This record gives sequence, structure tokens and C-alpha cells, in this order.
Amino acid sequence: MLLSFFLQQGPAETTRYMIAGYAVIFGVMFIYLVSLFIRNRNLKRDLELLEEMEQKEK
Amino acid sequence: METKPRMLVILDVVTILLFATAVGMVFFYAPLEAVMGQVQRVFYFHVANAWVGMLGFMVAAIAGIAFLRKGDHKWDIVGLAAVEISLVFFFTAIVSGSIWARGSWGTWWTWDPRLTTAAICELVYAAYLMLRQGIEDPDRRARFGAVYAILGFISVPLTFMSIRIFRTIHPVVIGSGAAAAEGSFDMTPKMLQTFMFSLFTFSFIFADLLWHRIRLGKLAAKAESLRLKTLQ
Repeated sequence: MLLSFFLQQGPAETTRYMIAGYAVIFGVMFIYLVSLFIRNRNLKRDLELLEEMEQKEK
Repeated sequence: METKPRMLVILDVVTILLFATAVGMVFFYAPLEAVMGQVQRVFYFHVANAWVGMLGFMVAAIAGIAFLRKGDHKWDIVGLAAVEISLVFFFTAIVSGSIWARGSWGTWWTWDPRLTTAAICELVYAAYLMLRQGIEDPDRRARFGAVYAILGFISVPLTFMSIRIFRTIHPVVIGSGAAAAEGSFDMTPKMLQTFMFSLFTFSFIFADLLWHRIRLGKLAAKAESLRLKTLQ
């Protein structure tokens, strides 16, 4: 029992993998949110332009 | 221009608050796992990402059935939105899982049944987006998308069940796993609470993003119909 106490090891040192994992999770989420925002903005611009063109044609 | 619905604003706020709480629980509430150490914390959001992925693929299949039955293009918009979001979250689940595997199995990737079926599932839906791009006629595109989303969904239960059917080293979180599983651990009550809360939070994230993506899809459909009109 005394031997097992001295041989007992703590958790593995895996902090860098945790950081890498969460960097990917937060990073991808952030990029997707930005992409949604940019696409939304561009589509609104396109719509305004198309509506203007339609008005002129009338 | 259409204004943002009040319910969506509320959903945005609730989702942000839930997400902040989930992050806090992962890093400050859940205890350190005794064997794997810090990398085990990836597990909470890794599974939650995979959950969103599978949930979205299921929504896309249901939207596909609804489109084929009713022929309403709003279901095509819902299906596309669900697939896009799920593809992003499932990708994150695969990559974060790979990082977790490096920390706990000592390898980035192995052709294990779960990893293989997950990669196939991701590729099936990536192909859905690419093939849609190649079809110009909106009706044909929607029909194709609906059929593809229904057939593609076969890969989802296959991925989910792979660790329960085949011999695998991937741990099973819910239910009993294979004897050869590596990296499995017993969850303490705090770990279980963090895990369940992460799943709950990511369900809200999915609902919130889906609503935003559907609004974007409606804008895109409007722009496309105006473009076709001006071309004629």
C-alpha cells in the first residue's frame, strides 16, 4: 500500500491539447459567425441594388 | 428591409448567456479528470458539437420530407440552413476529437469505426453543398437537396451506432461501451452536470443559428428571384 502511494502519478500534462481543442472550437464558431454577418451584409447590398434597377426599369 | 424579430433578439441574448455559463462550467466547475488531465475538458464541447451536427442533419432530412410532400421552397431553405450549420459543428467535433485523441490515445487519427463513419458523414454533407452549387434551376435544386438530405441521413445513425456495434477504441458516453475503448472515464456528478448543460446550451446555439441562417436563406432566395427577373 505504501509502495502504491509513492508510485501514484497525477493526471497527465495535457494542457496544450486542451488549449488547442478550445482554440479550434471557438475559432471555427467565430469564423462562421463572421461569415454569416458578411453574407447578410452583402445580400442586403445586392437586394438594394437589384430593387433600384427594377425601379429604373419601370 | 425586414427587421429582426423580438423573439430572435431574446433568443440571441439567452444563447449568449447560456454559452458564457457553459464555458464557465467547463473551466471552473467541472473537476480535473484524474488520468487524462486538462484535455478531458475538450470532451464537453466536443460531444456538444457532434450533437449539433447530428441534430442538424436530422432537421435537414425532416425538411427534405416536408419539401417533397408540400413543394414549399421554405423547406429547402430550412434544409440548406441545417446542413450548413451542422457541417461546421460536425467539422469542429472531428477536429477537436482528433486533438483529444492525441492527448489521450497518443495519435491524431486512427481508422477506427467511429472516426471513419464520422469522416464519411461529413464528406456526404460537404458533397451536398457542392452538388447544390452545380444546379441552376431552383426547383430541381430543391428537389435534389431534399432527396439527398433524406438519403444522406443514413450516415448519421450509422455514425452514432458505430461505437455500439463495432469493436472500437472510441469511448461510449451514454450506455455501455466496447471493452477495447480507450480514454473512457467515470463522470462525477459535476462532470455530468457540465456535460448535460453543454448539450442544452448547444441546442440553443443551433436553434439561434438556424433562425439566422433561415433569414439569410430567405434574403438569398429573394435576391436570386430578382436577379432572374432582371435578366429576363
